[in-house]
Amino acid sequence: MVDTKTLNPRKKEEKQRHPRQEELFLATVKGKETSLPEDLYVPPNALEILLDSFAGPLDFLLYLIKKQNLDILDINVAKITEQYTSYIELMDAMQVELAGDYLVMAAYLAELKSRMLLPRPIEQTEEEDPRAELIKRLQEYQRYKEAAERIDKIPRIDREIFAANAKLPEFATKAPLIDVPLEDLTIALAEVLRRVEQSQAHLINFEELSTRERMTQILERMRTESFIEFTSLFNPKEGKIGVVVTFLAILELLKDSLIEIVQSEEFGPIHIKGIEEVH
Amino acid sequence: MERNLSEILEALLLSASRPISIDDIVKVFEDPKPSKDEIRNALNQIDQDCLTRGIELKKIASGYRLQVKQSLSQYIAKLWEEKPQKFSKATLETLSLIAYKQPITRGEIEEIRGVAVGTQLIRGLMERGWVKIVGQRDVPGRPSLYSTTKEFLDYFGLQHLRELPELPSLPDLTSIEHELPIDDPDESIDSPQSLN
Repeated sequence: MVDTKTLNPRKKEEKQRHPRQEELFLATVKGKETSLPEDLYVPPNALEILLDSFAGPLDFLLYLIKKQNLDILDINVAKITEQYTSYIELMDAMQVELAGDYLVMAAYLAELKSRMLLPRPIEQTEEEDPRAELIKRLQEYQRYKEAAERIDKIPRIDREIFAANAKLPEFATKAPLIDVPLEDLTIALAEVLRRVEQSQAHLINFEELSTRERMTQILERMRTESFIEFTSLFNPKEGKIGVVVTFLAILELLKDSLIEIVQSEEFGPIHIKGIEEVH
Repeated sequence: MERNLSEILEALLLSASRPISIDDIVKVFEDPKPSKDEIRNALNQIDQDCLTRGIELKKIASGYRLQVKQSLSQYIAKLWEEKPQKFSKATLETLSLIAYKQPITRGEIEEIRGVAVGTQLIRGLMERGWVKIVGQRDVPGRPSLYSTTKEFLDYFGLQHLRELPELPSLPDLTSIEHELPIDDPDESIDSPQSLN
């Protein structure tokens, strides 16, 4: 859309003053030459990108002023207005979408320029220079622009500040369970045995029982029941040997850490529960 | 079981993943709770212990934070693959206006910046927890007044707003005017001829 061709010869002198300045271009937009700003410091095809980097029209104005090596206090409103509007017109010709704020600024500058063109009566010296308002705005903006740059330099989290963290320990959130002393366990066994005595009368025969098999049976039962009452594991019909085999199986399972024996309160019922897998 | 207080505090600081205050610390103890002075002493102890370590105890707005020593951050940064987030000029300017001129309305921010401040931008700052609405100005429209938060200070490792970099001073208009060289007299401001 934009084709750049000649170096503006009028800029030679300018170039010497700014040796770092790259070539300056004339833009041709839709075959029509666009009048370039008096002091064009930016190749027009870079304008869009450049304008993106400005935080607004004031930022852009400050840039134009700085490029002329001028102080804010030293600005020529007429000149800066012309330059600014040339840029805006150029952008418009290039169909760059501009934020309305840039147009508002253009209007403001034009108004300022027109006010300065009017002759000022000598006796009205105390009247404020029309430039003063613009200068004030630029200065005020520049303060906060600089403040923002300073804030940007403060060390901040994840750039210069890194919070120290440690991996959390495992939490024992469950209520601690009471340890079951062996004594209580044997008392419970005695209780079971006593009941077995009571129902022994009708015992006719018993199968040969294996401790291993009983261990499997208990584990299988624990798949469906998470808590099994200690006494319910025993079948009085199996007689004394059956009880002993079951008891041995429980002890074996306990030894292998496949089950836990818990008691929720003193003298309360004893329960068997499976060990929860710890990941 | 008697525990070394600074040992517990170090554990708290390392696990909190946020700055913790002395009040926070008091809460984790059951009676008899340590006194605030005891906690301060224990924190001092941690600070001392850190001298020979890679971390330091930093007091910021919301409390204390254990962090990697500033001087070592260059090494950490290499380990981080993702570049730290950069903030746009617009965000930083808005943030600095809120920080220095709080409480401030959006209109006042726009006036100084000379550009509209997007709702998205303010919302972004609020979502980060850096900015909050502290009230409404009693003028038509009742615009919201914005201020910065403790989290903002925490993020920048500050305890108080007064630790922010000094706001550049506003130069006096009258004193500077004639000090400046004007290269081209034709371009001098008050000559209408140059305006063509």
